[in-house]
Amino acid sequence: MNDEVAPILSVKDLTVEFPTDDGVVRAVRGISFDVRPRDVLGVVGESGCGKSVSSMAIMGLLPKSARITGSIKFRDRELIGLKPKEMRAVRGRQIAMVFQDPMTAMNPVYRVGWQLGEAIKAHNKHFDKKQIRSRSIELLNMVGIPQASTRVDNYPHEFSGGMRQRVMIAMAIANNPDVLIADEPTTALDVTVQAQILEMLIDLKDQLDAAIVLITHDLGVVAGITDRMQVMYAGKVVESGTAEDVFYTPRMPYSIGLLGSIPVHTQDPGAGARLKPIGGAPPSLINVPPGCPFSPRCPLSDGTLCETVDPPLLRVGPGHLAACHHSDKLAAMEDPLRLFSAVAE
Amino acid sequence: MFSFIVRRILVSIPLLFLASFIAFILVVNTGDPLEDLRTKQNVPKGQIALQEHRLGLDKPFFERYFSWLGHAIHGDWGRTVKDKAVWDQISRSLGVTLKLVVFAEICSVLIGVTIGIISAVKQYSWFDHGATTGSFLLYSLPVLAVGSFLKFFLAIRLNRLLGREKNPLLKTIGESTANFCNVRKPQNCGFIPATTDFLTHAALPTLTLVLITFAGYARFARATMLETLNADYVRTARAKGLDEKRVILKHAFRNALIPVVTVVSIDFGGLIGGAILTETIFEWKGMGRVLVDAVTKVDPNLLLCWFAVTAIAVVLFNLVADILYAVLDPRIRL
Amino acid sequence: MTDHPPIPKPEPASDISEEILLDTLADHDSIEREFTVEQRTQWKTIARRFSRHKPAMVSLVVFTLLVLFAFVGPFLWKFKYDQVLKKPAGASNDWIRPSWTHPFGVQKGYDVLALVMRGTQYSIRIALVVVVLSVTFGVIVGAVAGYFRGGVDNALMRFTDLMLVIPYLAAVAALQRNVKGSTWLYLSFFLAMFAWMGIARVIRGEFLSLREKEFVEAARSVGASAPRIIFRHILPNTIGPIIVNATLAVGAAVLGEAALSFLGLGVKPPDTSLGKIIEVGKGKATTYPNEFWWPVLVLCLISLTINFIGDGLRDAFDPKQNRVRA
Ligand SMILES: Nc1ncnc2c1ncn2[C@@H]1O[C@H](COP(=O)(O)OP(=O)(O)O)[C@@H](O)[C@H]1O
Ligand SMILES: [Mg+2]
Repeated sequence: MNDEVAPILSVKDLTVEFPTDDGVVRAVRGISFDVRPRDVLGVVGESGCGKSVSSMAIMGLLPKSARITGSIKFRDRELIGLKPKEMRAVRGRQIAMVFQDPMTAMNPVYRVGWQLGEAIKAHNKHFDKKQIRSRSIELLNMVGIPQASTRVDNYPHEFSGGMRQRVMIAMAIANNPDVLIADEPTTALDVTVQAQILEMLIDLKDQLDAAIVLITHDLGVVAGITDRMQVMYAGKVVESGTAEDVFYTPRMPYSIGLLGSIPVHTQDPGAGARLKPIGGAPPSLINVPPGCPFSPRCPLSDGTLCETVDPPLLRVGPGHLAACHHSDKLAAMEDPLRLFSAVAE
Repeated sequence: MFSFIVRRILVSIPLLFLASFIAFILVVNTGDPLEDLRTKQNVPKGQIALQEHRLGLDKPFFERYFSWLGHAIHGDWGRTVKDKAVWDQISRSLGVTLKLVVFAEICSVLIGVTIGIISAVKQYSWFDHGATTGSFLLYSLPVLAVGSFLKFFLAIRLNRLLGREKNPLLKTIGESTANFCNVRKPQNCGFIPATTDFLTHAALPTLTLVLITFAGYARFARATMLETLNADYVRTARAKGLDEKRVILKHAFRNALIPVVTVVSIDFGGLIGGAILTETIFEWKGMGRVLVDAVTKVDPNLLLCWFAVTAIAVVLFNLVADILYAVLDPRIRL
Repeated sequence: MTDHPPIPKPEPASDISEEILLDTLADHDSIEREFTVEQRTQWKTIARRFSRHKPAMVSLVVFTLLVLFAFVGPFLWKFKYDQVLKKPAGASNDWIRPSWTHPFGVQKGYDVLALVMRGTQYSIRIALVVVVLSVTFGVIVGAVAGYFRGGVDNALMRFTDLMLVIPYLAAVAALQRNVKGSTWLYLSFFLAMFAWMGIARVIRGEFLSLREKEFVEAARSVGASAPRIIFRHILPNTIGPIIVNATLAVGAAVLGEAALSFLGLGVKPPDTSLGKIIEVGKGKATTYPNEFWWPVLVLCLISLTINFIGDGLRDAFDPKQNRVRA
């Protein structure tokens, strides 16, 4: 942990709303977090909880209809409200992003070398053709593409999913960004490839001195590789802390529910029986009801306080925050991970 | 590439043969070409038999079809009921029609695609709203209404406005002035007067076609561009920090081009038979006129040639569309 | 480019089926029950979205009025289409101009309003027959091709290609040339013969993607027959594209018929249609405008309203503005 180091990326009270025909979608409802240099921050939550929207807000890539409030600071520079030209200089240079689906994220009509070159050229106007090409090949080598010097002339459809994601990562690191946001980089991939890609990301982090924000809906993905973790639910951060905090002493029932969705391959023989996925679905982000958004699915819900007052994100331990009225009950429980199965019995 | 084209041609040929067979069935059932002759008084039986023989009506169906086909393959399209060469008439009308539709189509594509792209890029702007509404209305209006409005309403008023009621600037009938160039008017026989004459005739029908056609392209280009502008790879391009112009042209437009070019080239195939109403409203002697004549007067060889020419154009431009698609999209394996 | 109504182009597949499916899949045990419940709320949503599309709502009202005008009007209007009118005693020569007695004027002794009512009625009747026939046939061809794939699909699609190669106005004109008697009914059949290809392609596309879905696999694994899977499981999910395409096909049929009749190759007396009236009136468009412009106006109204309704339906079934990325 390097809490004393100044954060490189600092998000404060970020909210994002989309006016739609059916009402205002409140996709992100006031989230705050810091990313320190060379940190790996894991962001987890069910799909639809606002992970992608927050990262797009950081990149300044939300559609014009989005209403954004709060603050996003990169090295003490406010990004919200930057002129398009200034924001372009940040994108791909200081903050870069890897997207979920490598099958659609690359332009199908251009060779990968062309697309890599474009990323390089965007921030290195003085590079000539030869320099761009050799840099492209170098990048492909860095992300572990075999025969990079010939593969550079291939089209995206000539690569497998895992290889494409490597190329996408190569594009993202083309200009040595300080922060790399990876939005579900392995979700669309074969399970066997997932681990390789993650391993490579962590490797690159050390080579590049970059911080990584690793977004996923699968706790299993971030287990073991993140320094800090934050759990999101219905557009809010509901728990944050070190990976150990969230895994072993969760203080928010939703985090426990998420643990239940990890495929079981632990040594602990009781784990399979102990963890149960959560029933039900997250609330609609149009007209979010008052109270804790998780209360309808929560075994600890008391039916009164939980349904009227939205719990604030409070400190429950050193560097460990949770938004739950009954986090003390979880703390008192002998085996909080049994929460969901206990109720079912 | 070459083998791809050959393969596609090989697929098209049986299609054309089948189409010709269906066309033949249709034509045979259109009616009796000699109805006039038969109902007339005092026509000797022998003459009818002679005509029947000349048109092949006395042969059994299949023999008739294969004899027609055999000649057609060699470029001999036969003779009309009035005993004129079918190809002469078709080629003359084809020329008239092409002069109208090709220029109109090119204008429509350029105007429509440009408007569609601007609309998509500036989605929900006043330009987009105006263009979307305008092209929706034009797209929905029947050509009958647009053409008639231009001919009976606009032309008369404009000519009056220009003070040219006697010698109207905007001509509403025919593709050229009858007897425009002859011995007594040698000054009319140069390139410039002939072109001017043609333009004054072509203005309104061209405008009609452009008005009803460009709207479709504008809508299609807009929808396609909106799709590509929302594609993941465009988001990737923006994430690289590229400027908006490059994102729009090199990424969104380059991909939108694939369906647009395909649709445009397919539409080119439909041009020949595609302006029948406009030609009729403005009384051009193009392919539309030939069709109406061939059907009402039951002229089998003329009608068959009409079908053949239009069908070949459709198949040919479908082929062109496939080839362009393959050229524009590297995912298509040749 | 065509200056006559195009055969409807295949529409991009709608997302609606996906939505229903995903929701349905949440509960494997009760696929069919869930389905109907989901569907009911889905229909309500669709109706609500449609009602928010103002031009479509206005068009729906106008089109309904046009239908009433065409089918009920003739019973209420004091003049019949075949009633020969005489110049009333003492009237000036202006009596043939539009007036309270003859709002659309009088043409050769006939009340033009009565003529236009009857023409509109025939136009709509023809269009409806065309749409019912062509949509039914197109859906069957598309469903069979998409469901069975392979050789069946190949044969049916080559047949579709073939029909698209034949210029349809010319083909219908040739077929119609020899018809005597009830010309409007034959014309409807002939138009339908060349109007099913677009919808067949759309439905085939829908079937190709839907047949791979889990709920179809599930139905297949419990031994449901092919017709049952096609009609009970897949077809209900294609209802959106079917309705949208059928609506637009009404407009295309009205215009196709008008084009043919305008060329003198469509309906023949005693039948009539808007196109026929326009054809009769075209020589006098400047001197006796009534007989020409009123049917043109009605034709425009039908085409515009149908297109707006189709647009509204498409938005209702496939709301782009709500589409979001996961
Ligand atoms: N452009 C948009 N318009 C309306 N709603 C949106 C838009 N983008 C995202 N949303 C909504 O915001 C919520 C959060 O989405 P997202 O951040 O993509 O979730 P995830 O956590 O799976 O990445 C979802 O409910 C989604 O429907
Ligand atoms: Mg996401």
